[in-house]
Amino acid sequence: MYKIAVLGDWDSIFGFATLGLDTFPISDPEEGARVLKELAESDYGIIYITEALAAKLDTHIQKYADRQLPAIILIPGASGNTGAGIAAVKRSVEKAVGSDIIFNN
Amino acid sequence: MAQANVNPTRMELTKQKKKLNTARKGHKLLKDKRDELMRQFLDLVRENKALREEVEEGIKKANQNFVLAGSVMSKEAVSVAFMAPKQEVSLDVSERNVMSVDIPVFDAKMRTSDANDIYSYGFAFTSSDLDDAVFSLSQLLPKMLKLAESEKSCQLMAAEIEKTRRRVNALEHVIIPRAQENIKYISMKLDENERSSQVRLMKVKDMMLEEAHHYKDRQ
Repeated sequence: MYKIAVLGDWDSIFGFATLGLDTFPISDPEEGARVLKELAESDYGIIYITEALAAKLDTHIQKYADRQLPAIILIPGASGNTGAGIAAVKRSVEKAVGSDIIFNN
Repeated sequence: MAQANVNPTRMELTKQKKKLNTARKGHKLLKDKRDELMRQFLDLVRENKALREEVEEGIKKANQNFVLAGSVMSKEAVSVAFMAPKQEVSLDVSERNVMSVDIPVFDAKMRTSDANDIYSYGFAFTSSDLDDAVFSLSQLLPKMLKLAESEKSCQLMAAEIEKTRRRVNALEHVIIPRAQENIKYISMKLDENERSSQVRLMKVKDMMLEEAHHYKDRQ
């Protein structure tokens, strides 16, 4: 059985606790990197992470891109949508196809 | 070109021909794999994009509600309200094999299936905005799980497509032309050797006949 984690600043993620997801309020990136590593090594299947925090942990997140689990998914935080989530999808299209053919409108 | 490292022998020629055959077969198979992967990937990525837009919109709405709730309640009160969540989610992960890529399939199990039984607090001391926020977020959860599934699948498939494309290109532009070049070089070299030995034999025959019959003296 796997669990689901949510990482980010408290304001963005506290609501997910009601859904039974494990929330980990993170204030500084170094702590975030440590927590992310810990979660990825244990039995978390999905890790939702706010775009703002993900921007600072990009190298750590890329490490898990080729692994089947965990799935690290960006979500917009309370401070607004930075477009990083869509950009990640765009990046995988570019990787596969060679150029962006889905988002070019 | 790169002929310097092959011996112009018949054995090497057979070897190179076999290599070319295998490379052609592999190239065809990998090309088919790449095309099919690409087709599935494009379907998946469209779904991924639609889901992401929905989820981002939903989270934005939920966040607005949370902000409203936060404005009428203190942070402590909100914390207390969420301290002991009623709902619990456990995730079942199985895998599905799509063109040799193992993609995860998430199946979430909620502890309480009743959508009205997720509020972990009494209604007396909390704002109704908090209820709205929690409700909208709980409606969003299935979509978020689907998003996680399709986004991870997209990432894995993109990596596989990239790998396959590299292999196809290496076969098409390096391995196959090189084998063809080698085959051409070896067969030309062998022909050349054959011609030169033919000439040598004719010459020797001439010399031997000359020795036996002394044609030159008779003239």
